Amino acid sequence: MKRLLLFTPLILAVVLGVVLFAGIGKDPNKLESALIGKPVPEFLLTDLHNESRELSSEVFEGQVSLLNVWGTWCPACRDEHGDLVWLAEEKGVRIVGLNYKDNRDDALVWLDRLGDPYQVSIYDPRGSLGFDLGVYGAPETYVIDADGIVRYRHVGVVNEKVWEQDIKPIVDRFREKI
Amino acid sequence: MWRPVFAWLLLMAIAPISAADARDVYGFDTQAQEQRFQTLISELRCPKCQNQNIADSNAPISKDMRDEVYRMMSDGASNEEIVGALVDRFGEFVRYKPEVDSRTILLWATPAIVVLGGLMVVAGIVIRSRRAGQNESPLTDEERARASAMLDGDDSSRT
Repeated sequence: MKRLLLFTPLILAVVLGVVLFAGIGKDPNKLESALIGKPVPEFLLTDLHNESRELSSEVFEGQVSLLNVWGTWCPACRDEHGDLVWLAEEKGVRIVGLNYKDNRDDALVWLDRLGDPYQVSIYDPRGSLGFDLGVYGAPETYVIDADGIVRYRHVGVVNEKVWEQDIKPIVDRFREKI
Repeated sequence: MWRPVFAWLLLMAIAPISAADARDVYGFDTQAQEQRFQTLISELRCPKCQNQNIADSNAPISKDMRDEVYRMMSDGASNEEIVGALVDRFGEFVRYKPEVDSRTILLWATPAIVVLGGLMVVAGIVIRSRRAGQNESPLTDEERARASAMLDGDDSSRT
């Protein structure tokens, strides 16, 4: 018994080591959204392409969509834009754009020049929907299921690898449920 | 001749302070309210720049969060409601003071557990040494006699 007690420091060190080792390699900047499993917050914002058309959370009903938060001021959004176009055109993914804290004219020029992967574009110049969603850094991409429930959030650039590894499995899972 | 230099140095010294003060201006009716606002924003963590609270952070998201805290305060919301509203959006992460619940109980209880454990170890050592002291003394009878002689101030034993 006494002998076993002598091993306590070793056991403690190993346990602590395992706990700390598990944390290595985790990116502390990637937070899980607080909205997972909850509906997209209520909103009433205009269409980026049409000032007089109002959009609400109904845009998510009926299909699994990606909600991509972007702005022309965001360099990483420029980086991922080509991949979003690829997703929309080659993979047939429905992407809803949330133009976040941006300027309508700049945003339209951007989409004109680089291609428009968004089936619907929500214009959120003051960032109100972004704030309710808990957006803390564009670009962010959410998976929204056919009932308008947030299922996943990816912070950072979406590219082919992120799509294949992180986003596609979740999209596929919720597509099957329809 | 030195006056302008002095003035310039003084200006340089206070410039950062005034810049920070001018960052955003919130009006409060009472000092207590302002105090409450300051306490709230110093206990909320910025999700973007994770080692800063929203009081210190210049990130746009922190500005939005400060605005929301101010707006809710002006609407008469309680501290719990304000922090709750932000936690609902950004997650438990934004609390610098996590709530006591089943997931955080270990976090809160660890200091107490460690102190308690330490006390138990100390108590164990004390009890054990006392028990040992009763049974056997490290001194022989002869040594004991010498020791008590010394303590009594009898110098004869020293020779």
